[in-house]
Amino acid sequence: MTRYFYDKRVREIFWQVALLAGLAAAIVLIVRNASQNMLNAGMATGFDFLWRTSGINVPFVLTSYSPDSNILALLWVGVTNTLVITLFSVIAATLLGFVIGIARLSANKLLSGLAGAFIEFVRNVPLLFFVLFWYFGVIAALPGPRQSISLFSVAFLNNRGLIVPVATDGWAFRIAALIVVLALVAQLVIAVWAKRRRDATGAIFPVWATGLALLVAVPIIAFSIAAALSAWDVPALRGFNYRGGFVLVPEFVALFAALTTYTAGFIAEIVRGGIQSVVKGQWEAAYALGLRPNRALNLVVIPQAMRVMIPPLTSQYLNVLKNSSFGAAIAFPELVSVFVGSALTNTGQAIEIIAITLAIYLVIGLAVSGFMNWYNAKTKLVTR
Amino acid sequence: MTAAAIRPVRPSLLRRLRTDYFSTPLDALVSLACIAAIVAIALPLLRWAVINANFSGTTRADCTAGGACWVFIKARFGQFMYGFYPPAERWRVDLAALLLIGTVALSFWRGLPRRALTVPALWAVLLVVDAWLLAGGFGLPRVETRQWGGLMLTVFLSVYAGVLAVPLGILLALGRQSELPVIRLVATIFIEFWRGVPIITVIFLASLLLPLVMPAGWDIDRLVRALVGLAFVIAAYMAEAVRGGLQAMPKGQGEAAAASGLGYWQTTGLIVLPQALRISMPAMTNEFIALVKNTSLVSIVSIFDLLGIAQASLADPNWVGMNMEAYAFSGAVYWLICFGLSRWSRHLETSRKTTH
Repeated sequence: MTRYFYDKRVREIFWQVALLAGLAAAIVLIVRNASQNMLNAGMATGFDFLWRTSGINVPFVLTSYSPDSNILALLWVGVTNTLVITLFSVIAATLLGFVIGIARLSANKLLSGLAGAFIEFVRNVPLLFFVLFWYFGVIAALPGPRQSISLFSVAFLNNRGLIVPVATDGWAFRIAALIVVLALVAQLVIAVWAKRRRDATGAIFPVWATGLALLVAVPIIAFSIAAALSAWDVPALRGFNYRGGFVLVPEFVALFAALTTYTAGFIAEIVRGGIQSVVKGQWEAAYALGLRPNRALNLVVIPQAMRVMIPPLTSQYLNVLKNSSFGAAIAFPELVSVFVGSALTNTGQAIEIIAITLAIYLVIGLAVSGFMNWYNAKTKLVTR
Repeated sequence: MTAAAIRPVRPSLLRRLRTDYFSTPLDALVSLACIAAIVAIALPLLRWAVINANFSGTTRADCTAGGACWVFIKARFGQFMYGFYPPAERWRVDLAALLLIGTVALSFWRGLPRRALTVPALWAVLLVVDAWLLAGGFGLPRVETRQWGGLMLTVFLSVYAGVLAVPLGILLALGRQSELPVIRLVATIFIEFWRGVPIITVIFLASLLLPLVMPAGWDIDRLVRALVGLAFVIAAYMAEAVRGGLQAMPKGQGEAAAASGLGYWQTTGLIVLPQALRISMPAMTNEFIALVKNTSLVSIVSIFDLLGIAQASLADPNWVGMNMEAYAFSGAVYWLICFGLSRWSRHLETSRKTTH
């Protein structure tokens, strides 16, 4: 008997079986309790509720949803709003974060001190504080529609939100978007081809120049032409409120501002760390090999800084996705607010609704972190 | 040679200003823009918070100077600190906080005998004693958790969730590094699940579903539900912090321990973990800071922590329009706590490098 006890393989199998058995017992217990409790409380189960009419009025809708739609459509409203606020905040926070991160490294002590003060402020205060502050402290204190703050006479900011002009007809923008996607594909093809050719022949192709042209110039030109071709619905003051345009509700503006400033503080630290992680010797070694400064930057410094920066940046982007749920605190209709909030109150099916919500976040998150793991594996230093 | 002659030449203030801030036209422009920005932010802030602020009085009518009405904070101070905890029993909160500070100090005192055993034991005792002091029973009058609130709730919720999360996080990190596939899979799924979902949904999950999965007739306190949810999430993040430390350990340490005949738990407990945890301490402190900030989310399920009680105080008809004062005060308290902790974490990081 003791022979088996001291056998490493037997013990390993024993512990693993014990863990599985314990988990199975816990799950059985939980399911039994839950079904018993739900039976006692007379709670409904199943996913039929998704096809019921929702009857819920949502103040910020980008889909064809109306209160007559079913709850599945309501879920889709939540998902789109979550993705839209995440996308906008990620772009703005990245731009702001890079600017502040580079400013933090400036030789000018005033500039780096200001950037440092911003970083230390936003990183050490809860995000919920910023959400509430922007919503109740800033947006609510803005003037009413008649005294709106005009942004270039086309967009107007007041305590009912940000009113922006909107194209009445989307065809030009759809074509522009298609062109941008094609440009992105073209750039990827060029990058792969250029790397292969460099590995085979040593000849360097200016990938950065085509990237600048295809990824920056092409979108700007395409969208400018689309904007010029479209008919615009510009908001105008009629009586006590604005007519026309599209209203970005105060909740959207507040959540966007809070997510952007908060995340920018974290991105700035990542950028600073990434640039500082490339030691001076790398520059010097590149020069010693005869590389010119821009080649040293492109071939030696940036790849190494990116290897340090990309994983934490990705997890910051995932944080923005998860943190968009803070919209629930100010009733911005994102996923948690419309689904775990409104839909749950209407239907009472807590288990199904929370399970669907968690699953959506997990699927998006796993997709992004799967990509991140692939990237990490591809770029990591090879050690023992 | 006189002393004056060997003193290094120190450039004059004017000269240093010129070389540091106005060396090139661009540099000068940047400096001027920064000065303008600082003046534009600091002056109105100073005017509001100090120069035109109201400090004395008892009601809203005493605030006449136009600036911040700190009278409001003074009148509400007890609530911001203790929530609705009965004033006659507040000494218990103070005592619990003192014990907490004492335990923290003892944990970092190097003279403590057998620290690896006494520190966890101290914390276990603290959790029990403080829970008794705060909740009452066994000779003390009971105080319901819905009367708790303000800063004390923020602090004790963070401490309880954090302290429960550390051992769970260590186990999870070891599980994820385990050579046994089933254990590795279970630990990985657990960690990735809690890290992949927003904390708000976890708090909803805990407060709505935890009562549902308990045997009929069992009732779990609202605050305990939120605590369990927070502890699970933070344990997953702590696990990743500990894994960072485990991965940073040279493989030779574990191999040498195994070669000298130590088993898995001896190798882990005596050789690997003590070193790995020291490496992980800054990362774990950062997770704790994130936890302190995220406890503010419990106000979603009507538990009033510091931020929640500040937000709730805005609804008082006697104190209309105190938004800025309430936010400034609660924000400043959060900032002081989190900034202090992050400085400490940075100190740990630098002191670790010199102790070896």
